[in-house]
Amino acid sequence: MAKVPVQFRLNGSDRAAFADPADSLLTVLRRGLNDFGPKYGCGQGTCGTCSVLIDGGLRLACLTLAASCEGASIETVSGMADGPNLHPLQTAFMEHFAAQCGFCTPGMLTAAKALLDRNPNPSREDVIDAIAGNICRCTGYEPIIQAILAAARTLPAQRRS
Amino acid sequence: MEFRKDLFQNERDDNLNVVGKGVQRQDMPGHVTGRSPFFDDHAFEGLLHLKVVRSPHPHARIRRIDIAAAERAPGVKRILRGSDVPVNKNTLLSLINFGKDDEPTLAVDKVRYKGEPIVAIIAESEAQALAVRALVRVEYEPLPAVFDVEEALKPGAPVINDTYPGNYFEYHEKYDHQKLRFGDVERGFAMADHIVEDRYQMSPIEHAPTETNGSIAAPEQNDRFVVHSCAQGLFFSLGTAAKIVNLDSNRLHFIGGTVGGGFGGKVDSLTEPLSILGAMMTGRPVRYVLDREEEMLYGSPRGAERIYIKDGIARDGRILARQIRSYFDAGAYTRLSSYAAIKCTAHLPGPYTIPNVASDIYVAYTNRCPSTAMRGFGITAVDFALEVHMDKGAEACGLDPMEFRILNAYRDGDMKAHRRVAKNTALIECVQVAAEKARWPLSDEARRQSSLTGGGGARAEIPATPIDENGRINRPETRGGRPTQTLPAGTMRVPMTKQPIMEGSTENRPKAPAVPQYEPYRPAAAAPPPVAPPMTAPPPPAAPPAVAPSPSPAPASQHGAHRFSSVFGTRRR
Repeated sequence: MAKVPVQFRLNGSDRAAFADPADSLLTVLRRGLNDFGPKYGCGQGTCGTCSVLIDGGLRLACLTLAASCEGASIETVSGMADGPNLHPLQTAFMEHFAAQCGFCTPGMLTAAKALLDRNPNPSREDVIDAIAGNICRCTGYEPIIQAILAAARTLPAQRRS
Repeated sequence: MEFRKDLFQNERDDNLNVVGKGVQRQDMPGHVTGRSPFFDDHAFEGLLHLKVVRSPHPHARIRRIDIAAAERAPGVKRILRGSDVPVNKNTLLSLINFGKDDEPTLAVDKVRYKGEPIVAIIAESEAQALAVRALVRVEYEPLPAVFDVEEALKPGAPVINDTYPGNYFEYHEKYDHQKLRFGDVERGFAMADHIVEDRYQMSPIEHAPTETNGSIAAPEQNDRFVVHSCAQGLFFSLGTAAKIVNLDSNRLHFIGGTVGGGFGGKVDSLTEPLSILGAMMTGRPVRYVLDREEEMLYGSPRGAERIYIKDGIARDGRILARQIRSYFDAGAYTRLSSYAAIKCTAHLPGPYTIPNVASDIYVAYTNRCPSTAMRGFGITAVDFALEVHMDKGAEACGLDPMEFRILNAYRDGDMKAHRRVAKNTALIECVQVAAEKARWPLSDEARRQSSLTGGGGARAEIPATPIDENGRINRPETRGGRPTQTLPAGTMRVPMTKQPIMEGSTENRPKAPAVPQYEPYRPAAAAPPPVAPPMTAPPPPAAPPAVAPSPSPAPASQHGAHRFSSVFGTRRR
């Protein structure tokens, strides 16, 4: 199959790659553009560790055709920090020990960011619902929930400043 | 967190500067920024992808493998068969001389479980490698398969793993199981008021790490190969891979340690040898990663265990005898199951002082996916069975299950079934704290009990143990052997020695000292010092005296200086 060019914004930069029409966005991000933030866990849309934001919406990169992302704006965990300054979610994950092996963490952070972007004051149930599509096989869900709630408390203060 | 120094005063001298305090992990910044380098997070120019053709049959002879069409397919760089693997037979614990090589990297003449790799395809893209699998033609002659551990051990069962034709792992190259004997369970059962018997069947459990098993190998400078690996035991994997691809280990540069979930499922080196072999054959970087389906179906699981427990219990709740027979389902190859049965035996009969204990633990081969390490393998399943059985025992004699455990719990100074003195036991206190947290009512008497008191004395006796005419502890009933003599109370079967006894093949190695044999007991000559008749039931723990006594001293000859290892024999601790 002939490769086709695809262009999109990735974490604020214009990027282009040649992709097989059947290539997933995950394959193109990882093997085409060397963004190893999103992970391969299942390739079937069940584990959530490949989660990315496409035009602000939470999507599974393993089930998204790269060719369908032409002109889109894509955010991954790799672009979450502002230079050396971590996002409040990242700081909260560190402070609450919300990672064990770290493999689900990119997807968890992305799902949490999608939640806080649309609901800056989530309840515990909102948080649980938001990460329901992300599997942590180390089963460290409780610290993750606590970290997201803690980040939500610090975010409005930062936005106001 | 509470650290009970009163119970563990002998255990460590440190002043615990870190335990109980929050300390930031050094890998956290990498985890939250997505920059932690997992094995697959490495870019290589000209990366090739490896996929394997797997057996659709649980047991079959391979008549013919035709790779002609596959070799001509677009994108294919190389096809590997068993004959391309330099050392195509290995067992993981051969690195410590334990067990015989029994598992090929790529099957040659037979497949022994559904999903066994037969042919490896190396192609320019993952999609090409996957597509070419359909072009590899393998002719099979299906053979009868066995999926049940006890069926596998019956005479006339199909031989699964030719290295072990009896379908059981051979300990010390002659024994079909791990055995533990302490006292005489038959006497204990005869004295018991209640007999509680049951069968427990576990399932295989997949670790299901979020990161699937995989590795990338690439030619490096200085004639070496760099290997990015998910292995949980990086140097274990390096040693295993070096043996299989027949390279000196200093030509392999393993990088890893950042593991996306392992839980025991990443100690088998499932992918490293073929990645390295692919890089050797093509001169290019080769990536071999299991997809989710392969991980779930063919990544080795926790082995299923079948456990039979029979308890003899006195009316007052004391367990007088416990007999255990267990079968560990290794699947088609040994991997780490031989070690699981040793751990299981070492764990029996659980944390209880029981004067008569007998166990026979088998490792059986079946046509199932080989099982491996997983979080306390060999222990977790038998503990589940034992604790469910404890609840049934409590019910049988009408006791509260918590109090039943406190009553039978081992205490400092008690003799364990392995003929070692128990110390730092603390089970009683654990049950008391658990009861308190669960608001579970305990009697005043149960609340007064302590691991530090009431143990030792008569509870430290080694009971008389039946043995056969060769001085071995008696064979299981299924083999018709009957005990013909008795190892007197207070004696050890295995003489203490500093000489390590090595396990494994003796080929091309200096002959190891024989497994120590008990000198048959001669009643007339050299009689041991008179000992009290064996206690068949442990005396009930003394009621705590008003004044706390000093902890009961352990017998001097037993004081934890030696231990017996089923792998290496007796050695100094």
